[in-house]
Amino acid sequence: MSLVKLQLNNLHKSFGDIEVLKGIDLSISEGEMVCLIGSSGSGKSTLLRCINLLEPIDQGEIVFNGRDISEPGLNPQPVRQKIGLVFQSFHLFPHMTALENVMLAPKRTSNKPRDEIRSDAERLFAKFGLADRMEHYPDQLSGGQQQRVAIVRALAMKPQIMLFDEVTSALDPELIEEVLDVLRQLRRQGMTMILATHEIGFAREAADTVCMLDNGKIIEKASPEKLFSDPSEARTRQFLSSVLKR
Amino acid sequence: MEKRSTARIAFEKKQKRKGVAIATLSSALLILALIILIPRTPGWEKVQSSFFNSDILIKTFPSLLKAFLVDIAIFLWSLPAIAILGLLIALARDQKAPAMFPLRILGIVYTDIFRGVPVILTIFLIGFGIPGLGLPRPWNSPYLWGTVALVLTYSAYVAEIIRSGIESVHESQRGAGKSLGLSEADTMRFIVLPQALRRVVPANMNMLVALQKDVALLSFIGPVEILRQAGVHKSLMANFTPYVGAALIFLAVTVPATRYADYLLAKQHRERS
Repeated sequence: MSLVKLQLNNLHKSFGDIEVLKGIDLSISEGEMVCLIGSSGSGKSTLLRCINLLEPIDQGEIVFNGRDISEPGLNPQPVRQKIGLVFQSFHLFPHMTALENVMLAPKRTSNKPRDEIRSDAERLFAKFGLADRMEHYPDQLSGGQQQRVAIVRALAMKPQIMLFDEVTSALDPELIEEVLDVLRQLRRQGMTMILATHEIGFAREAADTVCMLDNGKIIEKASPEKLFSDPSEARTRQFLSSVLKR
Repeated sequence: MEKRSTARIAFEKKQKRKGVAIATLSSALLILALIILIPRTPGWEKVQSSFFNSDILIKTFPSLLKAFLVDIAIFLWSLPAIAILGLLIALARDQKAPAMFPLRILGIVYTDIFRGVPVILTIFLIGFGIPGLGLPRPWNSPYLWGTVALVLTYSAYVAEIIRSGIESVHESQRGAGKSLGLSEADTMRFIVLPQALRRVVPANMNMLVALQKDVALLSFIGPVEILRQAGVHKSLMANFTPYVGAALIFLAVTVPATRYADYLLAKQHRERS
């Protein structure tokens, strides 16, 4: 594959006495889409939050564009601007319209003129079919629309990599597809993405690489064809059969 | 089906009518009892002439109303100072960085002191103490130092209310702000504070009502506001009616304000559930 965008070396993270990540190694190339699967509590969310520097790691390295961003004392702001994170329950700002949600961070972190930021934002809304929802407040939008606004909000910072933390898990089944469509669109444009998900069908269809997390470790990493049809680990087989049975 | 539902509606209407009738009757009986019984007490005539004397009420009311303007003025210029100081102290107490530790401690000591001392004591200490330093003319005014005492006390309470609002905004909102690359200060200013301040509007409305009443405490250090004016009339006319007049004027302001605060609170409860 091409250029390595993000490299995780021996990542460890504990909350109190509980070790949540027990040595994660992972390399993601530019334009690659990696899906993280595994049961709740396996460490998927924590891993994404660590990459976005929302949680400091205890040990290891996070190398982004050839530079270790996990160094203590490093200013996390400019790094976070290049690494977008979308949450399971959207976390839109309820007191702002969709457009204001999207424009806030670009306005405060770049010195571009307001008009340019606004037209950039409007273009993103139009692209993801939200042009008529820009002036709505989050509580006036459906879950699927809220999540798409949250994705637009992260994209407005023009990130080089996007992290998605179970972005369809809080949605009604009929709203999941509209969010997955956004992900497919980003994939086609060559966005580098890491996706924690329970949508096995989507992972099989869209991912380049699938990682099975269990108890804070990547126990299996393979192409979706390999991992879903012929997993090497018994734990992966057990997890997949329980997920697919639902 | 149709028939049963009309029967139910009729029943509920009847129940409601019955409820209103009982409430009206019981209130009327209570009022009637008070009207009949109170004038039969041995001291009623004296109390009536010295507390509820309509001649004196009419005579003193205009000057009471005029003195009340002083209360309103003190109230109005205290407000922005309380809002700003309260906000600054709330923010000081929210600082988590080690370098800001002294600021945080200062905020805690401040709120502990000014919430721990009775308002009237703060007013005495500042209102008599500082002019006692012998400062030149505008700087020895009881209006000034009385206002300062109110501002110091009330901003301690308002700071705690704002802080509770800040803490009520879910941590995930800060996380969302930070994940976009916003600074801590911007996250507080644009994401946390607007939500926090909205939530504490009803609580702060109650503080406004309390402040409106506590302005009267400044009468003890000099300003001729409504309570002091009523006291002057009382001494001249040897009659307590002016105090009743002052109470009526306060009620005319505080009752609507309290109702409005309750309305806001109820509205907020409805919106959240």
